[in-house]
Amino acid sequence: MSITHPGFPDPVQDSQACFRAVLDAMARPGQVHTVTALDPPPMLDAATAAVLLTLADADTPIWLDQAAMAARDWITFHCGAPIAAATAATLALALEPVRLDAFPAGTDDAPELSATIILQVAALGRGAAFELSGPGLAAPAILEVDGLPAGFVAEWAANHALFPRGVDVILCAGDRIAALPRTVQIRQAWFGKA
Amino acid sequence: MPVTSANPLDRRRWMAVLARATASELATSAEGRLPVFTRLRGPEIGLVMLRGRAGGTGPAFNLGEATVARCTVRTAEGWVGHAYCLGRDLRQAELAAALDAALQDPARQSELDVAVVQPLALAQAARRDTLARRAAATKVQFFTLATMRS
Amino acid sequence: MAYVAVKGGERAIDAAHAWLAAERRGDPAVPALTTAQIAEQLGRAVDRVMAEGSLYDRELAALAIQQAQGDLIEAAFLLRAYRTTLPRFAYGRPVDTAAMLAIRRVSAIFKDLPGGQVLGPTYDYTHRLLDFALPDAPAAPAEVDAEPQPLAPAFGILGQEGLVEPDEAKSDDAPGDLTRDPLAFPAARDVRLQALARGDEGFLLALGYLTQRGYGNNHPFVGELRVGEASVEIEPPELGFAIDIGDVVLTECQMVNQFTGSRTAPPQFTRGYGLCFGHSERRVMGMALVDRAMRGAELGEPAEAPAQDVEFVLSHCDNVEATGFVEHLKLPHYVDFQSELETVRRMRADAEGTSK
Repeated sequence: MSITHPGFPDPVQDSQACFRAVLDAMARPGQVHTVTALDPPPMLDAATAAVLLTLADADTPIWLDQAAMAARDWITFHCGAPIAAATAATLALALEPVRLDAFPAGTDDAPELSATIILQVAALGRGAAFELSGPGLAAPAILEVDGLPAGFVAEWAANHALFPRGVDVILCAGDRIAALPRTVQIRQAWFGKA
Repeated sequence: MPVTSANPLDRRRWMAVLARATASELATSAEGRLPVFTRLRGPEIGLVMLRGRAGGTGPAFNLGEATVARCTVRTAEGWVGHAYCLGRDLRQAELAAALDAALQDPARQSELDVAVVQPLALAQAARRDTLARRAAATKVQFFTLATMRS
Repeated sequence: MAYVAVKGGERAIDAAHAWLAAERRGDPAVPALTTAQIAEQLGRAVDRVMAEGSLYDRELAALAIQQAQGDLIEAAFLLRAYRTTLPRFAYGRPVDTAAMLAIRRVSAIFKDLPGGQVLGPTYDYTHRLLDFALPDAPAAPAEVDAEPQPLAPAFGILGQEGLVEPDEAKSDDAPGDLTRDPLAFPAARDVRLQALARGDEGFLLALGYLTQRGYGNNHPFVGELRVGEASVEIEPPELGFAIDIGDVVLTECQMVNQFTGSRTAPPQFTRGYGLCFGHSERRVMGMALVDRAMRGAELGEPAEAPAQDVEFVLSHCDNVEATGFVEHLKLPHYVDFQSELETVRRMRADAEGTSK
């Protein structure tokens, strides 16, 4: 195992601060939050690495896409999370577009047994604009994302329709995160300022 | 960065010795011999779930947890050292990780083995030997009635 | 109104806690205890708290005992709460108890077992007379130049003849874990042993005693009792090989029980097993008796006694759970009681109405 990059400089404080950012992002879908700076391995953005360090541990089987496999050693070493098949994952890390319905959506009895997908995108706050509405939003909000997969809006509609089942998504880019809980509805608004 | 590490058997031996040493024993014996290092993970405290076997040799079961301190460091030369030590002594874990890194370095190994690992290993073996002798002193010597009469 | 009461309650609680702290310290003219003194000199209390707190850490257990003023169940509760704040780094390889550095090993069924009967530090043959000279007693164990011998497990001989049931096949499959998954019935033996290892010593003792007195049809002998230091091994993924991370003191009991046989098994001795943190023979003996009693269904015995009822035993053996549920009755139940009071008043009024 090659171990080159450290985790959080201050694991307790940094992971708590990041957890708060994830919590706020989930409570206010589409709102962009900045997370703790750290020195991540090359294929991961700082925000992606911070969210992994905060949410992944020995009890969260994690699925990695092909590109994320390059960070496998770092994840195993710092998070201790076992690598799992998509259908058995509680966390998924995708650096490339991924299908939402590949992961557990929970059951009607236990909707919490669904996966949370950590999706690294090119940018948050610029790119294609999406209109979000639903719990946590008094009025529809606009989220600009560069790098969401084609067909995401349609896939999301199918995911949203499963409620209370369904996956949740945390978007990460640079040192910023935004969240799409399963309760949110997404509509393509306009193509962004690029 | 070095690509090969020491023979795992040797490494297992010294890691077991370092895990049983106190922080002050490590600090004293390694004084002036510690490598320059940066922390990659920890030192931090967590748990290990200990396991037994049903009946002694059967299927495993969870017995209960123990505290453990662990640390991973990298030396300036690129050696990565790990330590896991039962208990909560962060300083012990950090020193043990630094020593584990340095002991993998062929240029330092024999000096550290002589100065740190061997004396600690001897002291630990002596402690075990004392316990075993003390136990042997409480071994029951049975005398049959016939023997007592004679 | 309710808010006023809560504010008053906070002040009262603060004052109560301040008094508790002063009471814990006791007369300032008497020197304060240190946790090192507790860890060194109240070792059996520390062992019990580690076992019932399900956390091996002598210093923390000593601190918990001091903080709880020697209330060992409260101390176990403190350890259980503390452990929830820590991440679990690894799982140990199952400890090899046969390889432990034994400080005590006795068998009540084989006089001449390999390595002999080693008494170790035991209360078994003390006279139970208060020792008024105790505080000044010198503490130097007998140093005899006795050559230590390996203490092989006692069961080899009978096992070879097939007179003692063998263990189930060795397996390293991940066992059930009470700390991760809630108890569900029927509970398998891995979960039962985990629950008993951290169960209340008094409960295990009482149930074990019951089985001896005929409630559970159990005729036990101590096949082997062993106390000693076992090394703990883990296999961290970053290393890829197993490492030894230190020693823990464990007590192990192999209990053998006569078994008349069934349609599927010949007459032989069956076994119950006990293993726990620290030096605690009463705990492992109780555990082994109850473990054997709970295997009744598997051995085709009728389940007639509490110790044979897995759900009864496992649901009630945890003293932290038990004390929580019993002691919560002290906390305000004003509304619950008010509603029952209304019901009783109404029933009485109804009864008086009908009798007229």
